[in-house]
Amino acid sequence: MSEKILQIENLTVDFDGFRALNNLNFSLDTGELRVIIGPNGAGKTTFLDVITGKTKPTTGQVTFKGKSTKGNVEYQIARLGVGRKFQTPRIYLNLTPRENLELSCNRYKNVWNALFGKPSSAERRTVAGLIETIGLDAKADLKAALLSHGEKQRLEIGMLVAQSPDLLLVDEPVAGLTDEETENVGNLLLALAESHSIIVIEHDMEFVRQIARKVTVLHQGTVLCEGSMDEVQNDPRVIEVYLGKQEDDRAAA
Amino acid sequence: MLSGLLDGIFSGISLGSVLLLAALGLAIVFGLMGVINMAHGELMMLGAYTTYMVQNALKGTPLFGIYIFIALIAAFIVTAIFGLVLERGVIRYLYGRPLETLLATWGVSLILQQLVRSVSWQLVTIVALFCLLFFGAMWIVARRTDFERARGWFLAIMIPLSAAAAIATGNVLGTLYKPAFTKLWFDARNVDVTAPKWLRGGFPIAGTQFSYARIFIIVLTIACVVGVYWFLNNTPWGLRIRAVTQNRTMSACLGIPTKKVDALTFALGSGLAGLAGCAVSLLGSVGPNTGQNYIVDTFMVVVVGGVGKLAGSIIAALAIGTANYLIGSNTLVDLTAPIKPLSDTFAFFSTISMAKVLVFALIIAFLQFRPGGLFPQKGRTVDA
Amino acid sequence: MDALIQSKSKARQRLLIEAGIVAAIALLLLFVIPPILVGSGQGFRVNLLGRYLALAIAALGIDLIWGFTGILSLGQGVFFALGGYSLAMFLLLQLPDGQLPDFFSPYGVTELPWLWQPFYSLPFTLFAIVFIPTIVAATLGYLVFRNRIRGVYFSILTQAALIVFFNFFNGQQKLINGTNGLKTDTATIFGQTVSSPPVQAFLYTLTILLLVGGYALSRWLTSGRSGRLLVAVRDDEARMRFSGYDPTMFKVLVFAISAGLAGIAGALYTVQSGIITPQAMNIAFSIEMVIWVAVGGRATIVGAILGTLIVNFAKSILSERFPQFWYFFQGGLFLIVVTVLPGGILGWLREDGVRLVRSQINKRRPLQTYPSLEEDPGVQYERKNLANRESDG
Ligand SMILES: Nc1ncnc2c1ncn2[C@@H]1O[C@H](COP(=O)(O)OP(=O)(O)OP(=O)(O)O)[C@@H](O)[C@H]1O
Ligand SMILES: [Mg+2]
Repeated sequence: MSEKILQIENLTVDFDGFRALNNLNFSLDTGELRVIIGPNGAGKTTFLDVITGKTKPTTGQVTFKGKSTKGNVEYQIARLGVGRKFQTPRIYLNLTPRENLELSCNRYKNVWNALFGKPSSAERRTVAGLIETIGLDAKADLKAALLSHGEKQRLEIGMLVAQSPDLLLVDEPVAGLTDEETENVGNLLLALAESHSIIVIEHDMEFVRQIARKVTVLHQGTVLCEGSMDEVQNDPRVIEVYLGKQEDDRAAA
Repeated sequence: MLSGLLDGIFSGISLGSVLLLAALGLAIVFGLMGVINMAHGELMMLGAYTTYMVQNALKGTPLFGIYIFIALIAAFIVTAIFGLVLERGVIRYLYGRPLETLLATWGVSLILQQLVRSVSWQLVTIVALFCLLFFGAMWIVARRTDFERARGWFLAIMIPLSAAAAIATGNVLGTLYKPAFTKLWFDARNVDVTAPKWLRGGFPIAGTQFSYARIFIIVLTIACVVGVYWFLNNTPWGLRIRAVTQNRTMSACLGIPTKKVDALTFALGSGLAGLAGCAVSLLGSVGPNTGQNYIVDTFMVVVVGGVGKLAGSIIAALAIGTANYLIGSNTLVDLTAPIKPLSDTFAFFSTISMAKVLVFALIIAFLQFRPGGLFPQKGRTVDA
Repeated sequence: MDALIQSKSKARQRLLIEAGIVAAIALLLLFVIPPILVGSGQGFRVNLLGRYLALAIAALGIDLIWGFTGILSLGQGVFFALGGYSLAMFLLLQLPDGQLPDFFSPYGVTELPWLWQPFYSLPFTLFAIVFIPTIVAATLGYLVFRNRIRGVYFSILTQAALIVFFNFFNGQQKLINGTNGLKTDTATIFGQTVSSPPVQAFLYTLTILLLVGGYALSRWLTSGRSGRLLVAVRDDEARMRFSGYDPTMFKVLVFAISAGLAGIAGALYTVQSGIITPQAMNIAFSIEMVIWVAVGGRATIVGAILGTLIVNFAKSILSERFPQFWYFFQGGLFLIVVTVLPGGILGWLREDGVRLVRSQINKRRPLQTYPSLEEDPGVQYERKNLANRESDG
């Protein structure tokens, strides 16, 4: 078994001539927590789309746990052990939070098991525990459609945890959460990082600072630089991307 | 052999152009609002009946020679107005619920079918009176501020009340002016539109008769496609329609009146259905069920063409029309005569109805390769 | 854990009550209603009731795919007809050795087509009634769902399939009598003609039993994990994939099951009405089936049955009196159900009906506070303290 859980080589994604990802190379160690930052439209979400099989790469390949994911569709990749939280929360609106979690928690996802399987008591306990963790005890049996945005965010994070994949891809988990909640989510992710590999995408720099060990900056579809938070922050290219060129500033002034 | 092929291609294209004309409106409406209008066929039928009425009205006048052009305009206007009413009255409440819209428009199509069967002055009076009473009362009452609370009660009282009043009046008038007032306008029988003299017959090329009526339809279709293309690409409203097609929310934010755009598009689509109905009336007799014969094929055009571009509909309509004709006639059987098993297979499918079986199989096979049709809608909104 | 066990026993109790109600209604339909109808000179309505109950089985299937899973099939008529034709072919073959069904002779067919051969056997026929529709649906469904074609596209394709089957059955005169269809009422089974009272009584009973079976199947499918997965398909099928579920298979499964139910319904309807023709596959009939479910209430299994009975009896009464108004009425029904009554009758009863009754008897629903407020220990504590202070002071 290789040390790397995820390895991406020369990945390019073309949308009708628009290059969302451009010759991107990336690798993630098993058990690592990595934060990806980058300006809007840098291709972060597209990057996750490719890993989870939603978008097919134009060239390049994704290797997960030493095996290429080529030819696998979304659900197969998910069964290999990749879980994902979306940028805008996506949950089943007509189910209750409890049911949402139960569906994610279920280990056997074939049709046969859906018909004849019953949630085991261990699963029930996990779900009950999770509901408490994400603070939805009072609304556990309400339709999820009635939840607020932040509650939906938390529920989706909970679903990801319930699924307990080897690799967690988390797209902007704290958008729309209060400071307190943000910190809770950060602690949750740190706790998860003890036994999982995680990629987090986030714009909230406070939050990034809280959890980050290693940060990757994406810009125009390629990796701009990689390193610890301090290294990244002082990298002139990153400053340029985020704040604009010095000359531009002067010209504007 | 050659004449057979020529004939096959001509008939196929003319069938395809009818399909295209019928599908054009449907495709625009579907592309813009994601609404499948099951009453589209009935709007065509309305167009055909309008043609019939224009023909009757102009019979014996000097205008009769060009009545078909007047009928085209009349059909467009009548069905467009009808489409507008449909959109304002029903469909706008159902945006974002495509399956429900489908069911609702099916209900409309049933009503329209029965309407032409049983329309008479009596029925017109009853409906008009009902609308007058009901909406009049609503207009008066709706000004009160607590209307929303009492809405249920209002409906429960006013609907039966106005209906009873309208029906009673209608019946009384019906017994007073017996034959003329209750006489059905069309009856359930089919009606025939006689093409003007210059559209009858055809000219022969290489032993094949090219019927003028079919050529007229092909020309009409081309004119409509060009007109729609021009409208969408060169007018401000066309631009707005395209904008809303691509991103409704964004357009609304930029101040495009999406409601007006919706209504306009729907009226345009319905008007095109009216034109198609007018064309169809030249091909054969017209009955309350006329629309039903076209509806499934036109849907297939939309499915195969995709909603991304007008070109998709054009190619799909021509392909489906030609395939239907080539398989349904004996053309393919003759062509493949040397290869016995192949020609036997084609012979099995060589009736109009059996051709549909094969064409459907081909469509399903096609969708295995291009699930989104020829020109699928691109971008992130699809299957987010 | 205690709570779990308690809720389990409660669920069991509820299940028992439900089973009791279903049994009671079934018994009512079996032994009470027919004599009443016959006694009041409306004997023919028993046959109608039997037919409509058969249709209700098909409606159950539609409720499963449309109500719960959100897939609108406009082609259920295909499966209905396949079931009906299967049984009709078996019945028409109940002849002395070597004879052919009557309708063959005008077409000059002297040898039984191979398609008919297996239908000599009763077990095969019973198998065919359920599984031919199931297999057809599974194949079509797989080809379509696999490519993520859904929503109105799927509806349109099923409708096209319907037309295709209609054309096929209509055109095959030498095989299955084309437009004229197959008449079963004069056929004999077990030495009795199918239209004779004992056979019809048997069929009526069978229909009710199968309807109860269908009800149980639907309840089972829509409760528990599979039920939630169906709703999940309706809500966000793409999301399911990222959790590792393959929605295609679930959709194929419900579509196939609904087709099987439609097949059973078709067979039962055919033998009670005495004929099956390609008209069972006209566009209108298949859409009508959807409106039965919509009238009763989507995603409520009882609603499907109730809606079927209400709409069909309304149809039989209205079209007896004013035939031309039925279409207006039906068209209006589509419009009304979709626009003002999206939950159907049962949905309305659940939502507004309860409120209406309450407000009539002057018992307003207690205003609900924010749920977490009720459970927040801090709030509880304050309330208690406040109350204490008040009692103190
Ligand atoms: N299906 C698509 N078709 C065409 N262009 C696309 C498609 N998906 C993404 N893009 C483009 O690719 C670029 C990268 O998008 P992406 O969503 O990955 O950015 P992001 O880094 O997640 O941005 P944000 O921080 O705003 O979430 C954008 O310019 C977007 O418009
Ligand atoms: Mg993003």
